[in-house]
Amino acid sequence: MVVEASTPFEASEFETQDLLINVGPQHPSTHGVFRMVLEIDGEVVKDLVPYIGYLHRGAEKLCENNDFRQGIGYMDRTEYLAAHNAELSYVMAVEALAEIEVPERAQWIRMILCELNRISSHFMFLGAFGVDVGVFGTPFIYAWRERETVIDLFEEISGDRMMYAYFRAGGLAWEVPTNFVERVQQVLKSARQGVKDFDGLLTENEIFIARTKGVGVISAEDAIEIGMSGPSLRASGVPLDLRKTEPYLYYDQLDFEPITAEGGDVFDRYLVRLQEISQSIDLIEQCLDRLQDGPIVPEKMPRMLRLPEGEVYMRTEAPRGEYGVYMVSKGGNKPHRLKVRSACLSNLQALKQMSVGQYVADAIIILGSIDIVLSEVDR
Amino acid sequence: MSTEIFGIEDVNVWVDALIRVLLVVGFMTVVVMGLIWIERKVLARFQQRLGPTRTGPIGLLQSVADALKLVGKEDLRPRNADPWTFELAPYLVFIPVFLGFVIVPFVLDWQIRILELGLLYFVAVSGVNIVGWIMAGWGSDNRYAMIGGMRAAAQGISYELPLVLSLLAVAMVVEVPGTDASAEAARGSLNLNEIVASQHEVPNIVWQPLVTVVFFIAALAELNRTPFDIPVGESEVVGGPFVEYSGIRWSMFFLAEYAALLIMALVFAAVFLGGWAWPFGIWMDDAPPRWAQALVVAGKASLFIFLVIWVRASVPRLRIDQLMGFSWKILLPLMLVQVLVNGLVLVYDWPEIILTVVGLFGIVALFAMVERAVRHPRPRPMTAAQLQGEAAS
Repeated sequence: MVVEASTPFEASEFETQDLLINVGPQHPSTHGVFRMVLEIDGEVVKDLVPYIGYLHRGAEKLCENNDFRQGIGYMDRTEYLAAHNAELSYVMAVEALAEIEVPERAQWIRMILCELNRISSHFMFLGAFGVDVGVFGTPFIYAWRERETVIDLFEEISGDRMMYAYFRAGGLAWEVPTNFVERVQQVLKSARQGVKDFDGLLTENEIFIARTKGVGVISAEDAIEIGMSGPSLRASGVPLDLRKTEPYLYYDQLDFEPITAEGGDVFDRYLVRLQEISQSIDLIEQCLDRLQDGPIVPEKMPRMLRLPEGEVYMRTEAPRGEYGVYMVSKGGNKPHRLKVRSACLSNLQALKQMSVGQYVADAIIILGSIDIVLSEVDR
Repeated sequence: MSTEIFGIEDVNVWVDALIRVLLVVGFMTVVVMGLIWIERKVLARFQQRLGPTRTGPIGLLQSVADALKLVGKEDLRPRNADPWTFELAPYLVFIPVFLGFVIVPFVLDWQIRILELGLLYFVAVSGVNIVGWIMAGWGSDNRYAMIGGMRAAAQGISYELPLVLSLLAVAMVVEVPGTDASAEAARGSLNLNEIVASQHEVPNIVWQPLVTVVFFIAALAELNRTPFDIPVGESEVVGGPFVEYSGIRWSMFFLAEYAALLIMALVFAAVFLGGWAWPFGIWMDDAPPRWAQALVVAGKASLFIFLVIWVRASVPRLRIDQLMGFSWKILLPLMLVQVLVNGLVLVYDWPEIILTVVGLFGIVALFAMVERAVRHPRPRPMTAAQLQGEAAS
């Protein structure tokens, strides 16, 4: 019997194949029903394909079948972590079309509520991000405690914990409680302590720094090209803050500077948000100083609002970036066409560019650092 | 062959061993369930929660309730899973962990077996469960599980080295007292009872501060605890090798994890904190009662467990490259230097205070190296542009 000498292995026989792993829509750290398919070589991400649309509800189309008061509720549901900011863009678009003069007190209260909502939204980010990075629950609970104080206040004002529907075209739904100022100050005190807690827990943590510094870098040019906005853009060093660059409400009367960072990495995106909480606290204090008694709705408001023909694009600085409402009116009590410009959707486009070439664990925290709200991405 | 247990003479060694094993394993399983409750309570306190409160007084029966629920659950096996690998994996994690109890010195002269090479035995059996992890990861036919299993293997092997070296550093220099106070002391022992007895005056943590720290870190990694929990990282691989397990098999993994924590705590107490010997001493005229010794050992082990939970509540998870780099570039060289120093002390009979000084310098060096690694991270594996260039060429 002849035993054939086996041919030595050639390099080609050891060719490896990249592994595809499906992250989401059911995965603990996709922040909702986001799905991405990672192509990995060992632990390194070679390619990333995001899939969105699991939460599409047709919110914009629904708004076209509802009058201008009912549409406010749908705006809440597009951006449930910062519902006041979402409502604001909508009611300001309506006011711009109808040329309604909003009373001063209503504007100041709107500003206070929007900044408070920014605080609660950023705390939500900090908590979820801490869990993404791998601390077992502690930052989540710390953040939740601070967010809870803000949400309690919102509940006292609007009667709801998440879907406030408190802003109206022309002003506010009803007057705030009499102890409003004291309650806001209480919340600010606790939020200030919360920022300190996070500084101690995460910002100065060696492992946290090692995990986040230099990870998921995106340059200012790329970020602008992709259309990013909000803290994610400012972390790359672009001082674009709509509150400063094209002030709405009375932001031009307040004294503040957009917060930016140089690196454009995950750590900077975290730090910008943490500092924006302090900034918002400062802004609210300035607002409280200027808050006067007065009416909260204009004297002559029609019971059923009918807009003249026209179109308007109204954008504001929501916690996640530019939240815009494009509204076309052809007369009548409903918008003819409504389009929401979502900051999350634009920011999410940078995910692939930031994640490719990084480790799997990095892809998770990069996704976390963009701070997406899936109902805003899909609407 | 016969031996003596609980004052009864002439007991067959096999019967004796069986009694001891059943006692220890039965008792330890209860302790492990208590441990799960303690972890949940302590962790809850760190997070300003209450933890379990509803089952029994202050939630004491929570683990029992969980265990009953898990036993009652359906034992699922994915259709594509490898039946043998999948179903045997929990045993390969579970059994080696409980084998470790054989050498744990609870009190003076009472344990399952006093082995001359006890420490070697402990290191040997505690390494076996990595096989179980890989089997669980591979057999589940799930990609998360496979990544988790591979991570577990890489991590287990990497951190075994600093762990073994730290135990070796202690074992080579301990001064084993003779059978009575007047006898000449011998140096070096792998017998855990002798190591404990050698610390009747000063525990090893004083002579070997660096080794203690390194052992603690390596133990965290061996136990897959935060910050080294990447094999089971919830936010990345969703539970890693356990992702497809349910019911009783999953609870076996869980039980093994906490049993391993308990053994590691007891070994830490024995090797570094003086076990039952310190602060009682062993040559006192009236030896302290066994319950007092057991309480001291339990207190020392609790300290270790509390530290582990504390770390879990406060630090994020490391990345795989940082994890490996930390072991191979920082812990291993430090331990090699420490072993060298210990060898010099042993050969030239230098005073032991040198060990303390070197150890304290070693801790400073450890912090400096970590600081440097954080400030000057390694370059990223590949940028997106490089990857595209590679694909184009």
